[in-house]
Amino acid sequence: MSDDSPQKIRTEAIESLLKERGLIDEEAIDEVIAMYNERVGPMNGARVVARAWTDPDFKRALLADGTEAVAPYEFEGGQMEKLVVVENSPGLHNVVVCTLCSCYPWAMLGLPPRWYKDPAYRSRIVREPRKVLKEFGVHLDDGTEVRVWDSSAEVRYLVLPERPAGSTGLDETALAALVTRDAMIGVARL
Amino acid sequence: MVNGEVTFDEPWQGRVFGMAHELARAGVFAWDDFRAELIARIAAWEAAHPDGHDYPYYDCFLEALERSLIVADVVDVKGLAERVAALARRPHDHDHHHDHRHDHD
Repeated sequence: MSDDSPQKIRTEAIESLLKERGLIDEEAIDEVIAMYNERVGPMNGARVVARAWTDPDFKRALLADGTEAVAPYEFEGGQMEKLVVVENSPGLHNVVVCTLCSCYPWAMLGLPPRWYKDPAYRSRIVREPRKVLKEFGVHLDDGTEVRVWDSSAEVRYLVLPERPAGSTGLDETALAALVTRDAMIGVARL
Repeated sequence: MVNGEVTFDEPWQGRVFGMAHELARAGVFAWDDFRAELIARIAAWEAAHPDGHDYPYYDCFLEALERSLIVADVVDVKGLAERVAALARRPHDHDHHHDHRHDHD
């Protein structure tokens, strides 16, 4: 008898049936895996954030229609049918969640980290956002409003973090290197 | 690793993700329908595990893929069960006999 896990066997069973029906191409699956393992990740979102910090027209366009504004980048990866970018500012902090499953702007950030999918984060960030953010190291004063964006239906959110103090004079590439995945989810500040 | 952590803990997780991705792209099912199945599987797991520990996200993902294919009439429950049983009967060292996919298994 095989000592493979039940999940591995079920996955192979599905893949073999789909191949027989001509519905799936093994190499196409390899390619999807390689894409998310190697090429699609938060560096894409970071480029967009850095440009928004340096180009006011782009920033306006990005906040008005995220999907359209980032289309020229032709990022690989999906889940970008309706990208909404929300801007942090003094007195306003945005944070993103998918309360029901794991929706996330793949093409901008890659696949979500484990904690983003975790039941604890998904329920608690809505119920007690300040406390959860504090656990992530984001201490908000009482005067700062917190907005929690739930990625329901087709909308995927991305946080535009505040540009860090002391970054004057840096070019877009140097600025992009300062931008983290967690800041674009809203659980970190820069 | 572009994400700062390993994307898939086990190779089968990458393959179920890749299959769902490609099947939705090809229109075998709509991503929204798959998402609805995923939400249902996650909700069922959470209802049965109120403490939320050891959340098996990709197990839910795999179940959602199976359900989506059954609902789309692409595979049937009996055919899938038979294929699973046949694969489970393979000898231990089956991987050593095959092919260019070895790295992914």
